[in-house]
Amino acid sequence: MRDRTFAPSRILIYLLVSLIAAAYLAPLAVVMLNSLRTNQEIAQASMIGWPKQWAWSNYLAAWSGFCVAETCAGIRPYMLNSALVTIPATIFSTMLGAIAGYAVSLWRFRGDNWIYGIVTLGLFLPQQMRLLPWTIVLRDIGLINTLTGLVLIHTIQGLSFTTLFCRNYYIAIPHELIRAARIDGAGFFRIFWRIILPLSAPILIVTVIWQFTHIWNEFLYGVTFTTGQQQPVTAALIALSAAIADIPQHGVQSAAVIIAALPTLLIYLLGGRYFVRGLTAGAVK
Amino acid sequence: MTGTGAAAPRTGWPAISGVVRRLPEYMTIWVPLLLSAAHLVSFSLWTIWISFTPSTLVPVSGWVGLRNYTAVMASRNWKIAFDNLLLFGSAFVLLSLVTGLILAILLDQRIRGENVLRSIFLYPLAVSFVVTGTVWSWLLNPGLGIQKLVHDLGWTSFRFDWLVDRDMAIWTIVIAAIWQSSGFAMALFLAGLRSVDADIIKAAQIDGAGPIRTYWRVILPTLWPITITVVVVQLQFAISAFDLVRALTNGGPGIATQLPALVVYDLMFQRSQLGRGAAAAVLMLLILLVVLLPYAAWRYVQRRRATHA
Repeated sequence: MRDRTFAPSRILIYLLVSLIAAAYLAPLAVVMLNSLRTNQEIAQASMIGWPKQWAWSNYLAAWSGFCVAETCAGIRPYMLNSALVTIPATIFSTMLGAIAGYAVSLWRFRGDNWIYGIVTLGLFLPQQMRLLPWTIVLRDIGLINTLTGLVLIHTIQGLSFTTLFCRNYYIAIPHELIRAARIDGAGFFRIFWRIILPLSAPILIVTVIWQFTHIWNEFLYGVTFTTGQQQPVTAALIALSAAIADIPQHGVQSAAVIIAALPTLLIYLLGGRYFVRGLTAGAVK
Repeated sequence: MTGTGAAAPRTGWPAISGVVRRLPEYMTIWVPLLLSAAHLVSFSLWTIWISFTPSTLVPVSGWVGLRNYTAVMASRNWKIAFDNLLLFGSAFVLLSLVTGLILAILLDQRIRGENVLRSIFLYPLAVSFVVTGTVWSWLLNPGLGIQKLVHDLGWTSFRFDWLVDRDMAIWTIVIAAIWQSSGFAMALFLAGLRSVDADIIKAAQIDGAGPIRTYWRVILPTLWPITITVVVVQLQFAISAFDLVRALTNGGPGIATQLPALVVYDLMFQRSQLGRGAAAAVLMLLILLVVLLPYAAWRYVQRRRATHA
């Protein structure tokens, strides 16, 4: 079954795989082509087609031109919002998760299994169970409709994933290593800094990619806790399609979609291997 | 086992200074973990409590028993959402399992360009559901997408208008969801196929089994633990699906593609029915537990068996 001869069955396999691959690529290709067609051209034909004239100006309009909710600054401010939420929240949740993962797997302390068990419940608890409490907490501490509020939410909620990822990675480090370092007088931070962190590059990359992708793509919290100019790009895309439903500008909208999807797609292209590792690590909880 | 150093003196004052000295350590360990655990527990309990109160615009105390639950479950919105969830959940999970398995088996045939193909099948996972939903809402829009294209090519009687068809609209969500996440099933299945013992396959071939028979009788049966994991993860997504529906159909046409997560959002933030919204959220959690508790029990048994073997 695993020979390299070019039997008809192998040609069939290649044909089938190529067809399916084309189907998976088609939506991306359609949007990319549309982002380079003029709005009129799309309106006259369909969303699916080859550009007659390359309308690069769509990208300029999408980036800094079109209007959402009476503000005409394009998608740029929302991209900036997403970046200002995603980057700090990714860094904080990864750092704290690494330390917490190290504490529960190697340092060990009274109650570690209990607290770790509760924290990992966060992987399963639906966001809908936390929407109202977050609303109240954010309002009480004055962070409703702020990017800082979203950073706080994503940092605390991200801990469930980051702690799990790091803990499952650190658990394979031999305990003797830690014990020897402690006999030599190294403390909690010193061991983390000198022994654990240098070993952590693979899991930190996996965690950062996972967190970045999820926070960037998150929509529910963004749309619930922020409005107008404070919204992340996912929420702005929805607002955009609602705002210009009357006069469709599909060329510009396609360009906006491509821009909004670009950061996570680039990270996927650069770190695909780590992305997949995160997927499987998240699945085998 | 514990973090307290063995050398710490037992007298009062130096012990306290030891605690003070190690305060940064305790804070670093406990503050993030406690924040995470405390928010999970208290938020859940609070939402459950609200679901038993007469809260509408603002949270109020009081006790109405199960009235919010009966009101939600009697509403047409929830009934449609629940039926949709059953249909969407089973169709999406089943079809993405089959798609993922077929893709994994095809990629397992030592084909050229496997890495590129795998990346193609997985890239939708890196894209947000908002983007996926928006793109598919264009492709499936009869006046804009595939139907329009086929009409322009000359086949004018061609119809593919599920997006605006009350009975079929839920299938557009199934299509988009499969496109987005069947690569996940593929990745797990492919890892499973690659870890099948080569000797078993060789033995089957020596016994005269053809490739299809070898797959069906020897290789696929080893994949069922992975299948269960994939099913549970995908069901978890289906139960809480929100972004994708919001971007693709927004619950429409009418309320034909309503799903529980949209009902929760609608009750909480559009109708200001906090008590009922909380009740709907708790109902979502219960549906999730119906899936997760048997899974947890199964995992527990598996693990026990593995350690005793």
